[in-house]
Amino acid sequence: MSQPQTDPILVHLDGVAKSFGAVQALARVSFDIPQGACIGLVGHNGAGKSTLMHILAGSLTAGSGRIVVEGVDLTDRYGIATANAHGIRCVFQELSLCPNLSVAENARILHPSLKGWGWRKRAATLIRDRLDAVFPQHGIDPDAIVGDLSIARRQMVEIARAFSISDRPVKLVILDEPTSSLDAVLAGQLLAYVRRFVAEGGSVVLISHLLGEVLSTADRIVVMRDGKIVAEREAGAFTRTSLVECMGSMVQAEEGAGTPTKRLGDIPVVSAAPATRSATLPGGTSLLAHRGEIVGLAGLGGHGQTDMLMRIFDGAARPIPGVAVDGKVAIVAGDRQTDGVFPLWSIADNMTIASLGQMARRWLIDSRAEQGMAEDWRRRIGIRTDDVDMPILSLSGGNQQKVLFARALGSSATIILMDDPMRGVDIGTKQEVYAMLRAEAAKGRTFLWYTTEMDELKHCDHVYVFRDGRIVTDLARSELTEERVLQSSFEAAA
Amino acid sequence: MTQAFVARHIRIMLPTLALTVLLLAVFYMQPRAMSYLGLNLLLNLALPIAFATIAQMFVITVNELDLSIGAYVGFVACVGATWLRDDPLLGVAALAGGVLVYAALGALIHLRNLPSIVVTLGMSFVWLGLAILVLPTPGGKAPDWLRAVMTWKTPLLPFTIYASVALAVIVHLGLMRSAYGAVLRGVGGNPRSVERAGWSLLTAKMVMFGLAGLFGVFAGLALVGLTTSGDANIALRYTLLSIAGVILGGGEFTGGRISPIGAVIGAMTLTLAASFLSFLRLDPDWQIGAQGVILIVVLALRILINRTEARAS
Repeated sequence: MSQPQTDPILVHLDGVAKSFGAVQALARVSFDIPQGACIGLVGHNGAGKSTLMHILAGSLTAGSGRIVVEGVDLTDRYGIATANAHGIRCVFQELSLCPNLSVAENARILHPSLKGWGWRKRAATLIRDRLDAVFPQHGIDPDAIVGDLSIARRQMVEIARAFSISDRPVKLVILDEPTSSLDAVLAGQLLAYVRRFVAEGGSVVLISHLLGEVLSTADRIVVMRDGKIVAEREAGAFTRTSLVECMGSMVQAEEGAGTPTKRLGDIPVVSAAPATRSATLPGGTSLLAHRGEIVGLAGLGGHGQTDMLMRIFDGAARPIPGVAVDGKVAIVAGDRQTDGVFPLWSIADNMTIASLGQMARRWLIDSRAEQGMAEDWRRRIGIRTDDVDMPILSLSGGNQQKVLFARALGSSATIILMDDPMRGVDIGTKQEVYAMLRAEAAKGRTFLWYTTEMDELKHCDHVYVFRDGRIVTDLARSELTEERVLQSSFEAAA
Repeated sequence: MTQAFVARHIRIMLPTLALTVLLLAVFYMQPRAMSYLGLNLLLNLALPIAFATIAQMFVITVNELDLSIGAYVGFVACVGATWLRDDPLLGVAALAGGVLVYAALGALIHLRNLPSIVVTLGMSFVWLGLAILVLPTPGGKAPDWLRAVMTWKTPLLPFTIYASVALAVIVHLGLMRSAYGAVLRGVGGNPRSVERAGWSLLTAKMVMFGLAGLFGVFAGLALVGLTTSGDANIALRYTLLSIAGVILGGGEFTGGRISPIGAVIGAMTLTLAASFLSFLRLDPDWQIGAQGVILIVVLALRILINRTEARAS
């Protein structure tokens, strides 16, 4: 700790360690969060970022080490209440609002001082002011029920809530993948607000897999790997490549993505026209996909890509006008918690659920075949567990997602629909999955891939850009550039 | 957008609509019911059911279910018909003890992470047993003051209606409008988030179960005030009626989505449905089945509305 410290230290972590059973999630981590600074925290899933964050938020207790906040050693009594009292707030990766309450009522949950006569009005003003400050023209009504809002708006509310001030101060806000559900415009507004907040003396810990975000927003970047801090430097001292190198993932430069897959056969296996909301607008282009192709669905979040995938999924089961699907369909869900995993089941059960039909013997499940398939896919897709009979929740998020991929790829489906499945997955896992997708496509499977990440589109043979529920542009691999996708996504707004 | 808005309002209006339709049907078949006395006869048993429904609603708000409320109301009725009259101090202490046991059950369920269905199912036999110990054979007598309250001749409309409205409004203010009410409902919606904000889930569950115990006491006392005598088995069907009332009134089993006003209306609808079927001169053997059909129709309507809402938004 010989670095010159110009800013006073808000939080000082000294040798903080935490293990879950035999797994060492955090190994003696020490670092400082100065006042008026944004610290970027990057690393793989399972590198210990989330554990560190939960310890800071007080929802996990450190196994050993010291936590010093504003010069006071709080190690012994550090908990949720202490963290709150010292103005440490957290926006968790999984959304943590109460869906049955209104936006204003959710603000009240965080602020015990909002009570007595007129608390509803004060809560509404508090959250509206903060939303106005972070996301100008957000269009969110404080009386709206959170469950009725889109996922992006819920995230906006949660972020605004974390920054809101009542009698409780806000000194440090920890943002865990805050932009995962936000489109480019909203993400930009948030990052700009983070800079303003920091300029006014607040502190932010920004955890993100989007390295560009971290590089442009953070003052310092802390890189974690295997529960340890492996690098800590000024943001300017990092480049995208050096960051990735520090994380130690096996990512090579992006060029590897460019190998095209071969279209097998000329008759499309999927052809689907978007559902038009009004009769006056033409439906736009139809989506076509051939055997062996990886087709990308791009555009801003929530512009009809998921609806399209669901239409195709339904179209495989029963006739739907405008949709023709030739083959069995499987889907890889993006929202793991609600659409993906069976949280109480084992890894093996989660993996084999789509293939039980083939494994049944005289109406009973052949448990040996089930076990065999689970073991086989554990090896093939590299799921980090010793035992496929462990509960699915024992895996990290990225590995849970791999199980969902194994579920789809292990089934007999020839058409795989992917609903932004890489949300919050680390780069190493991504690379492994990309390679597997290309291998499977070469064998004749078709992939329809909705993604919000530009880099992933580079793996696609064909990209359809969606806007307002319609396909506005249709780009072949050779025509694909980030500018063109962005242009098409925003045309109407300009 | 407008379609979702309309659908949401229909969902809120649905319990009221069901009640109005039933009331009109009853009036059509039996115009004499459209009087002070008629309304009183039709609805006087609604008040204890409404109290029990609200008690159940408190428990459902925090994602639990109380299968012992019927037996508990019966126990309260037995205490009300015996100890409360003969030895008021003992009676009040027994009832207060019941509320405390409920709060303790909430704590037990939360701390040991037990399924409330199992715990309360077990407790239903405990309450039933206690009720039989207090009053081995049907009988006893309600205290005179209780009798006086329940048969109070209020101007214009029967007492039951005023009491139900007051019940709905008070619980609505407490649970839907108050600052701590938002926290309590938040426990049903996302307990982890509420806990992370620094609230105690244990307290919330104890408060909700304690309130359920308290309103169960009101239900039992209202019932014994109407029937004048007690019986351990008097309210066993309240368990299912109260759950049906909450759901009929627009509540949901999980997620903290409840409506106190709807729950009271739901309880009244269920009471009216029974009278309605009597007016139809339906064979009593078929009445329970027919009551079930009414329930299914209303709930099917709600699902239909929810779908339109989902499609529209």
